[in-house]
Amino acid sequence: MYLLNREQRHAVNYTWMIISLLLVAFLPFLLFIGLYFKSFLLIHDYSLADLIFSKTWKPARGQFGFYPFIVGSVWVTLLAMLITAPVCLLTAIYVTQYTKKTFLRIMHPAIDILAGIPSVVYGLWGILVVVPFISRYLGPWMGVKTMGYSILAASFVLSIMIIPFVLNILIEIFRAIPMELKEATLSLGATQWQTIKHVLAKKALPGIIAAFGFGLARAFGETMAVLMVVGNVVRLPKSVFDPGYTLPALIANNYGEMLSIPKYDSALMFAALLLLAVSLFFNLVMHFFIVRYNKY
Amino acid sequence: MIFSTYFILAILAIIIYSIFEKGLRSISWEMLTQIPQGGYYYGKGGGILNAILGSLALASGATVLAFIIGLPVALYLNVFLIRHKKVVDVIRFLLDLVWGIPSIVYGAFGFSLMIFFGLQTSLLAGILTVTLFILPIMIRSMDEILRTVPIGLQEAAYSLGSNKSEIAFKIFTRQSISGIITAVLLSFGRGIGDAAAVLFTAGYTDHLPNGLLEPVATLPLSIFFQLSSPVPEVQNRAYASALVLTLIILIVSLFSRGIGKRYHKTKINF
Amino acid sequence: MDHKPKIEIRNLNVFTGKTQILRDINIDIPKNKITVILGPSGCGKTTLLKCLNRLTDLYPELKVTGKIMIDNYNILAAKEDIYKLRQQMGLLSQRPYPLPMTIYNNIAYALKLRGIKSRRETHKLVMHYLQQANLWDEIRNRLREPASRLSIGQQQRLCLARGLAVNPEIILADEPTSALDPISSQFIEETFIKLKSEYTIVLVTHVLRQAKRIADNVVFMYLGDVVEQGTVEEVFENPKMEKTKLYLGGTFN
Repeated sequence: MYLLNREQRHAVNYTWMIISLLLVAFLPFLLFIGLYFKSFLLIHDYSLADLIFSKTWKPARGQFGFYPFIVGSVWVTLLAMLITAPVCLLTAIYVTQYTKKTFLRIMHPAIDILAGIPSVVYGLWGILVVVPFISRYLGPWMGVKTMGYSILAASFVLSIMIIPFVLNILIEIFRAIPMELKEATLSLGATQWQTIKHVLAKKALPGIIAAFGFGLARAFGETMAVLMVVGNVVRLPKSVFDPGYTLPALIANNYGEMLSIPKYDSALMFAALLLLAVSLFFNLVMHFFIVRYNKY
Repeated sequence: MIFSTYFILAILAIIIYSIFEKGLRSISWEMLTQIPQGGYYYGKGGGILNAILGSLALASGATVLAFIIGLPVALYLNVFLIRHKKVVDVIRFLLDLVWGIPSIVYGAFGFSLMIFFGLQTSLLAGILTVTLFILPIMIRSMDEILRTVPIGLQEAAYSLGSNKSEIAFKIFTRQSISGIITAVLLSFGRGIGDAAAVLFTAGYTDHLPNGLLEPVATLPLSIFFQLSSPVPEVQNRAYASALVLTLIILIVSLFSRGIGKRYHKTKINF
Repeated sequence: MDHKPKIEIRNLNVFTGKTQILRDINIDIPKNKITVILGPSGCGKTTLLKCLNRLTDLYPELKVTGKIMIDNYNILAAKEDIYKLRQQMGLLSQRPYPLPMTIYNNIAYALKLRGIKSRRETHKLVMHYLQQANLWDEIRNRLREPASRLSIGQQQRLCLARGLAVNPEIILADEPTSALDPISSQFIEETFIKLKSEYTIVLVTHVLRQAKRIADNVVFMYLGDVVEQGTVEEVFENPKMEKTKLYLGGTFN
């Protein structure tokens, strides 16, 4: 590089940048097209509605109904959000409004550590702690007999996994609210809680919804941890204590047999395509949501 | 509210405690320095060296590759496209979209590419797939840092007659070096811990690969396979392996904070 | 004696969106003199300065029309090679922006851009320019330290030395002393007076006293228009326009 003069170096750098940029910009499209291509065989032979809504999954017989997996994914994700959302919201409010700054300095590393723990380790912990807890204590307490490997276990583990993600966004949002707004409301005589409830929450609302949306998207695609505790049984779960099966788990568990049964590989690629579509859709919606509501 | 906050801290403590407790009990020097011998998964001797080295190699390769592709993109966005705000917004939007895609989608895509090019499951395939996965993470983190460079510094550099390349690679990089290092280490942490992307693409083996085209073992998968063993002793080894993986990631993340502070000296604080 | 002005600004108009920041500016900037552009905040002086070395290119929302002739070359029309063009001018901003490198390298970088490769020559010139900027004695033993460790006054002098190191013919200064303490300010002003024999200096300020102290020529601007221009005696002692009189009398401050 040192043998080139300034203009030549500039040209090399520029070319390098453009090539990289094109690669990155086309990535989502490449992903989509690639997966679509691979799942084409399946889509060609069955209608989309059939695939998504049919309940039977017997690949050896050529029956590919994705419904149980979609339902499994939806249950696990929604339930996880149900746990994460209030926890994160309350914690974010507490940490940004009620405590001193030093507390936040302790929280940050804690959140970072949680965020850094890989998926398998969460799954491991799920098997070690959560599953026995459900099968030995929670289940019987609710009068249910369960193995522990269930939608509930998966939701719980998943909710812990996405807490750092959502919490960081929420903390940022609440910290971004200018002090003046708080001071102005307080000087009208409102209590701290009233200030939060009526003023700050409203101002932060679009961001809060976006944070939850992103968390949802992230949870929907999570593979390993869920796979390890959800039970992996193909059926429509009737209660949270039942085992279930999610889309990512489907792909991960069966890739080994992919090539032995006809159209199985297309089916799994189709599942991946579904995941891609859901994730892109969510991100798109959240993005436009933020853009629209950022006028405040 | 207080409850929810301490709940999170408590859960963190529980997780760390349980993993450490079970893990430390089963860890041994032998585990760290040997590859699995025959029958390892049924209780025989050996260790997880194959997975440790495999993961390190794969994650490093992917991080380097992602850096080579990602840094120029982030610099391009912030330096060359400064006049074209709309284009920058579009690209940032595309980046945001890609950032949220689950790793298993990358894994499936990587697998398809592998078949298309006739590659076997291998270190190379794993590296390529993980590179794609961590690329958006790396670019976004670097972009965040590069955005904080004040325009006055750019103006000063332009006034000296620098061209855009020089401003990008000599000025911006030096000013943001701590942030860039953090981005790289963060991406490394994500890359090494992810199982779904390597599941179909890197394969698994009890040996150390002899080249890029051979399958390689990774820690997450190693943990998973050990856990699936019927022998309790092997299951305990899984916890030890989890401990190793978690420690690696924690060390990397601590390192990233530390290094950030070290390289701070030439950074100008505006 | 060369009486042709170094810089001729003709019919310069600058818009941002629908708002017009500079209106039909026509100014002559003579060679080897200090021309001060004077006026209250918001009158467009900084934008005018940025036009002179085309930093306006960095701001997509600005639209610039007109001609700026430097030695018979219209820099607004030039499409390529504006890097070399910018080297004809050195910029000193309001806030010092040292490059994120050591003190030595701040100057060395500028020299490299100029094409100077030999290490001995670089050494010599680093010392020369730091001396010109009145900074050498204070930091001669600290050359390898990061520039961020200098005080603001020292940083500003470093930026001046750096700007001189590209061997420009023109120096542009945008309120260069407004962030500095009185002693550093004095240093900078003295340095400018010393430098004017070799360089053409355009200085923007809103401080009347500073203008009086160092200007040879004054251009008084108000809200995007040039109200009056002339030598410092002409403008300060015999202002022709009403606005100028009011400003000098302290009304607009």
